Amino acid sequence: MELILVLLIGILYAAGIYLILRRSMVKLLLGIMLLGNGTNILIFLLGNIIKGKPPIIDPDLKVFTDIYADPIPQALILTAIVISFGLTSFAIVLLKRVYALLGTDDLDDLNTPEEEDI
Amino acid sequence: MLFTVLSGLITSSLIVPFGRFLKTKWGFILAFLPVLLFLYFTKFVVPIGQGSYFVQSTAWVPSLGINLDFKLDGLSLLFALLITGIGACIFFYANAYLKGQKYIDRFFGYLCLFMSAMLGLVLSDNMLLLFIFWELTSISSFFLIGFNNDQEDSRKSAMTALSITGLGGFFLLAGFVLMGNIAGTYNISELVDKVSLIQQHPLFPLIFGLVALGAITKSAQFPFHFWLPGAMKAPTPVSAYLHSATMVKAGIYLLARFSPILGGNPIWMYSLMIIGGITMLYAAFHSLFRTDLKGVLAYSTISALGILIFLLGLGSKEAVIAASVFILVHALYKAALFLITGIIDHETGTRDLTVLQGLRKVLMPVAIAGFLAALSSAGVPLTFGFIGKDLIYEATLHAAPSLFLYLTIAAVATNILLVSAGFMAGIKPFIGRLPEQFDHIHLPYKSLWIPPLLLAILGVIFGCFPGFVGDWISGPTANSILAQQEVFHLKIWHGFNLILLLSAITILVGTLVFISNTPSHKKLVWIATFEKISPANIFNACAHEIELFSAFFTAKMHNGYLRSYLLKIILFAELLIGYQLYLGGPLHIKWDTLSPVSFYEVTTVCILIGAIVLTIRTSSRLTAVVATSVVGYAICLIFVFYSAPDLAMTQFTIDTLTVVLFVLVLFKLPSFLNLANRRTIIRDAVVAIIFGMLLSMVALRVLHEPTTTDISDFYGDYAYVLAKGKNVVNVLLVDFRGFDTMFEIVVLSIAALGVYSLLKLRLKSSDKE
Repeated sequence: MELILVLLIGILYAAGIYLILRRSMVKLLLGIMLLGNGTNILIFLLGNIIKGKPPIIDPDLKVFTDIYADPIPQALILTAIVISFGLTSFAIVLLKRVYALLGTDDLDDLNTPEEEDI
Repeated sequence: MLFTVLSGLITSSLIVPFGRFLKTKWGFILAFLPVLLFLYFTKFVVPIGQGSYFVQSTAWVPSLGINLDFKLDGLSLLFALLITGIGACIFFYANAYLKGQKYIDRFFGYLCLFMSAMLGLVLSDNMLLLFIFWELTSISSFFLIGFNNDQEDSRKSAMTALSITGLGGFFLLAGFVLMGNIAGTYNISELVDKVSLIQQHPLFPLIFGLVALGAITKSAQFPFHFWLPGAMKAPTPVSAYLHSATMVKAGIYLLARFSPILGGNPIWMYSLMIIGGITMLYAAFHSLFRTDLKGVLAYSTISALGILIFLLGLGSKEAVIAASVFILVHALYKAALFLITGIIDHETGTRDLTVLQGLRKVLMPVAIAGFLAALSSAGVPLTFGFIGKDLIYEATLHAAPSLFLYLTIAAVATNILLVSAGFMAGIKPFIGRLPEQFDHIHLPYKSLWIPPLLLAILGVIFGCFPGFVGDWISGPTANSILAQQEVFHLKIWHGFNLILLLSAITILVGTLVFISNTPSHKKLVWIATFEKISPANIFNACAHEIELFSAFFTAKMHNGYLRSYLLKIILFAELLIGYQLYLGGPLHIKWDTLSPVSFYEVTTVCILIGAIVLTIRTSSRLTAVVATSVVGYAICLIFVFYSAPDLAMTQFTIDTLTVVLFVLVLFKLPSFLNLANRRTIIRDAVVAIIFGMLLSMVALRVLHEPTTTDISDFYGDYAYVLAKGKNVVNVLLVDFRGFDTMFEIVVLSIAALGVYSLLKLRLKSSDKE
């Protein structure tokens, strides 16, 4: 399974990079989301994935007696998911605002005024 | 000694709030700062003349070897006296000269800063400290030279001066660091004991070259001399200060200070003698053709600096004493001549030698000062210049038998031309018939003409009593350059000998040159035709090329397209990661440690890959968004399989929210346009696939790295015991790392505020344009 995940990371990254190199701002945003997912899986993979042993202590016990999944990558990923949601939601609204003002989704249309300044 | 350096720095910063005071009639009070410092330093003349020296050390950054080490010996004292003494004259003079100038407070701020930097430079006994002050003089002189910043010429000269001296500074620092590493100390006094260690090191020629480059750029030696004539764009008091006693002498000071450490070997001797020799002849020759008074002085200054470098290169006892005397001689007469030029410029509004004449009738005291300074520069008996020139000839005549003839001829030729230049600047404007246009001129304020007169008279007094100067000032200076104790006694009269004959020839021929050479614009134009291949032009061409290159580079790299920046960053990252992976050697896969694959997982991953492909390929915006969310849900499933229920829940919630938001906000947008051509798509695809492969390899490599689980174990063991929670991930987030989570919430709140305000923002129709 690890090898499949490794492959998956590669695909997610490649797709993400490809999308952020597009001119469309929506694609840019989707690319960033894919990159984020790829990174999450990369972190997940680092903590030795284990099946069916969540890091939750048995209700009757006070400490773990069996092996359990590493809680640290999980905590990190949880934080990352939430923060990336903050980023994504802000970006989505920003996109809407740009579209409302300029009527475009094309990144190149954004920097034309700047070039005129020069 | 520390306070002498600090006093100027503090005064300079006090001028920021209290600068207005300088514009009142009490502004001259500031000039008492250099006067007081001068008096303070005179107190050391007697003990240092008797052979002692003073040190003071304060730790600053001991771990890096930078300490506030100060040392006052003969050499430092001579320079400290020049800096503060001539500085005092300049302060009084500038106060009158710049009266009514709008930014006089700034001017004095820079001047104070410069004076302290120079004082620090000559007092420091630590190479790195010396370097700091060295750079400080470059920077403060940049502001002084470019003081008339509304003129383009002025700004340009300031830039040239800064880039040349700054360039030299870089070399100097490199030389210092090399030397410090070899000797194991940055303290200059301690370096003197490690001469053999440094000089026998294979890198010695490099060290010498770097330090010498620092010195010759600062002291305007050929081929870096051209910044000095350019720096004449500065207000005249600045030129007088920078080019008589301070800035350009810093290079001389540096070589003098390091001559016990780096000197006494053929590399030192020949390179300095050649550079100094070329400079002194070249610049003295050029001074003949100048029609601008300050131009004449600039070139004669370069020439005088050449003589000093030449003498330090020669390095014999006679040469060193000659250099010590000549530093003082030159500072006195050159400062006087510059100040006189300033008066002439101030009163007549011109510095053109073809126009100026007969001014003695209206500016008598200035004429006397000019006359005396010119005589001293010519080395007429009973002036200090005479002593200086005698010593120079004595030094060249006592050089090695194979050299002395050439050296003497070079010295005599230079001095002949300098006699003419001195007369040109000090006498020419005052003789002859007064043109009508200058009839109305009056003698200016006392504080303008007293300083040059004082300096010129001092030149005569020193000339009449050379023994006194030799015993107390020049002697100790020479002793610190030679790093030994000798007794030098200067005399006016050595009897009829070859030196006297050479002196007489110099003055006679020099006067003849002066009489026969009338400055004219035609000659200036003629000599300017040779400028095409001059170092100045080469430098300017280089500067221009660099500008073109940077414009080209900026246009290429900073083209305003986000994806082009991203592409460059990604390519660079690929290079770095690829190189690092290459260094790590081949990849191994440990098949036995891998976990088995089940049917569900394969299905999930297949859905995932399909969704990714769909995201990339689809031309519908909505499909792309939905496909991305399918990716998220599939990952959610993977989290479920591999014991991360919290992650699965979060991912599920967030993905749903994102899709909802996307659809709510963006459903109005048109479908994607296919904007890229085939080549771009292929290029981007290649870049992206390479990146994905590299990342996969990184993941593979990390997979088999042994990981430590100490921290995880700690959380696992204590989650319930300490925090009374059984879900370790939750406990970790809200308890062990509670603060982090709190800040995360803050970040999210900020994002939420942003989202809310962007949604609520109603732009007026006029803002939409």
